Amino acid sequence: MFACIFVPNFCVAAVLRAEPDLRTQAVAIFEGKAPLETVCAVNENAGRMEVEIAMTKAQAELCSGVVLRARSPLQESAAHAALVDCAQSFSPCVEDTACDTAVLDLAGMESLFGTAREVADAISNRAADFGLAANVAVASNPDAAVLAARGFSGVTVIPCGKEAEQLGPLPIAVLFANGREEEKDEAQKRTEGILAIFERWGVRDFQALAALPPVALSERLGQEGLRLQQLARGAASRILVPMEEPAKFEEAIELEFPVVLLEPLAFLLNRMLEQVCARLASRALHTQQLRLTLQLEDFHSCGQDLDIDSHQSIINSHKFQSAIGNRQSPIRFAHFQRTLNFPMPMLDPKLFLKLLQLDLNAHPPGAPIKKIHLIAEPARPRSAQGGLFLPPSPEPEKLELTLARIASLVGKSHVGSMELLDTHRAEGFRMHRFVPGAAQPNQKQKCSDAQENTCAVAALRMFRPPLRVKVALENNGPAHVACAKKKDVQGRVLWKAGPWRSSGDWWEREAWSRDEWDIALQNETDIALYRLVHDLLGGGWFVEGTYD
Amino acid sequence: MSTAVISTSAAQGRFFIFDEESDAGSHAFHDPERASSYIRRPQSAIRNQKSEILSSVTPALRLSVRPAPEVVSSGIAAIDTLTGGLPRGCLTEIFGPASSGRTTLLLAALAAAARRGEFCAIVDAGDALDPQSVAAAGVDLNQLLWVRCGEHSPQSSLLQGWDSPTETISSEHRLEQLLRVADLLLESGGFGLIALDLCDLPPQTARRIPLATWFRFRRAVEHTPTVLLAIERQAIAGSCSSLRINLSATGNRKREQITNCEMKPTHAHLLTELEIKAEVVRSRVERKPVCSTEITFASKTAWAG
Repeated sequence: MFACIFVPNFCVAAVLRAEPDLRTQAVAIFEGKAPLETVCAVNENAGRMEVEIAMTKAQAELCSGVVLRARSPLQESAAHAALVDCAQSFSPCVEDTACDTAVLDLAGMESLFGTAREVADAISNRAADFGLAANVAVASNPDAAVLAARGFSGVTVIPCGKEAEQLGPLPIAVLFANGREEEKDEAQKRTEGILAIFERWGVRDFQALAALPPVALSERLGQEGLRLQQLARGAASRILVPMEEPAKFEEAIELEFPVVLLEPLAFLLNRMLEQVCARLASRALHTQQLRLTLQLEDFHSCGQDLDIDSHQSIINSHKFQSAIGNRQSPIRFAHFQRTLNFPMPMLDPKLFLKLLQLDLNAHPPGAPIKKIHLIAEPARPRSAQGGLFLPPSPEPEKLELTLARIASLVGKSHVGSMELLDTHRAEGFRMHRFVPGAAQPNQKQKCSDAQENTCAVAALRMFRPPLRVKVALENNGPAHVACAKKKDVQGRVLWKAGPWRSSGDWWEREAWSRDEWDIALQNETDIALYRLVHDLLGGGWFVEGTYD
Repeated sequence: MSTAVISTSAAQGRFFIFDEESDAGSHAFHDPERASSYIRRPQSAIRNQKSEILSSVTPALRLSVRPAPEVVSSGIAAIDTLTGGLPRGCLTEIFGPASSGRTTLLLAALAAAARRGEFCAIVDAGDALDPQSVAAAGVDLNQLLWVRCGEHSPQSSLLQGWDSPTETISSEHRLEQLLRVADLLLESGGFGLIALDLCDLPPQTARRIPLATWFRFRRAVEHTPTVLLAIERQAIAGSCSSLRINLSATGNRKREQITNCEMKPTHAHLLTELEIKAEVVRSRVERKPVCSTEITFASKTAWAG
């Protein structure tokens, strides 16, 4: 048995999937270049209001209450991907028949989903979850299933051997609705010719075509006539061609009016994330990377089209001449891209939304947003074995959100783990992302616990930036220190040790050479130890830190 | 953390006399007639009263006594001997002047937590942590989350523009950042030790932290395996801290001797075996009054061997 999922009025369905609020309203989709845009699809409500296909946009606008939307290839491709995902969530053997049609092999699915009717109902419900109002038909061969899905609304199950009987009442035009855009021009001429012939013969439905004598039909229409008759009888047999393309998890929305505030943007992102996560979940996948691309409007370049964050933000500027050909003021559009990388695969739309919000708060696009494009890179869910006796560790999802929130408070470069660099230069470290792995008690260090406990390692507290001080020398060593910025760091040097000379990076522009002294200064009540540094290249004296 | 006070009088079989009766009784002993009436009171009535009182008293065994918190090693044996260790689910304050060994003790505690395989976080209000010292103390750097306060948050609207340059901020803002980050970390959970470094904040700024904030922190960390550690110049958490350790540096005499005998002491002479005095000022970990005891322990620089 084969099932076919068909989305009627696909252009409108793609828009309604992106904007579910429009389901109850009259919607008309237009395409073409201004000012010659024409209506290419309407929903039922718009049809009742006498909005027709091929009407100009201006004419359609005269009908009050009709919502006009531009045809969006991005939304249609997202809807098509959702359709395929819906089919693939049931069977791995799925044929991508057309942009609005998918056929899947139901062989061996009885034990999982029950009877053919139950499978069809489940597919219909799943398609509704994906935001698509689809017709589902189950038949013994793919073509019969496709024709039934295109001809009958809702769920249709054709028992084996009753194809001709069930398909009989369908109008003959259903045979020629293949939904392939690229074949439209060629097929249209052929279709119109054959339809005219059938019209002259008085053949208006499948039943009449099936009743024609095959030999006479072949004499008049050739092999094409026989093929059409086989289809009308529901007796055509062909091999299903399963798709092998890797799945793309992306959603896009082209906005009628540009978004300038974060709140409405978050509303749209939430919907897109839920769709993407539903599709990922249907394939038992998670994601480790989210790429958000925003097309900005009226992006005035004034030296800002540079990469601010070269790791994550990519801005591609394109110059477009305005439609009216104003060569004096070219409008610049920009693509603003943000990439969120997660330390491990996750699947939580609310978490993703919060992370995107925090990221956009930290890195605002800087111009109104015209188009939103979201791509999720699929990844296998992480498999981790918990243990009763493992030390506590933060939950990855919770930690990711916490780190993002902290980064929004203190800056991204100021939160994370530290990593020492292979250098003797002061501040020879860098920050990197804090990723809690599976921590295990360090056995080697455990052995040395006793030794560690006897004597602690004195710590240095840094002054960032180092404090510039005035130093009075005595016998080539510091005798008195005075700091204008910090009152504590001044006084007579009680004890001193040094100098400890070091230098490096002499082959680079940022060469350094310095003498280090460890000194003790008398404070108001106590004695404090400091690290005093003499910059041999710059010539200044600095207090770099205090031993604590 | 409060300690349960248990009255053992009921358990020992004594019976209570209400205040009115006791007053009346005291007067009765001065009045012979009333005294004789008390004596004549039937034994059954007294027994009934006794049983009534006993029934209203909750037996000691049925009182829910909060268990003592689990303690973990601070990384320094002398401190563990003094305090019994750092309590989990409680706030521990370590305070003292500059060069008194606060950061040394903090790093020792972080290293001990790392040896247990726990993840730690340090919220550094002064951005003063030295990664070289952290590594030398034996802390696994990958297990330590370091939050450096001191930059303006890039809060903005979508139309604000590209990233604005960072700006150094005042100690009040650093404190605000520290408190908000601490809230987030405590809410996130899963850390073995969370350290708040308030040493570089002026005492008058640190004292502005409302007591309610410390109560919130204490409540957030309660019933969790997290050790909340705060190092500061002066104790500021009031009654919210379960353990409070005062540190001060000693060993000046030793260095005086060194400098007297040698004109040019080496780094090792100056910084090896710094003596630190620790005093427990407050402890609610053990159910006994705190006796202020002092210990000394030594620290040395990483390069001293």
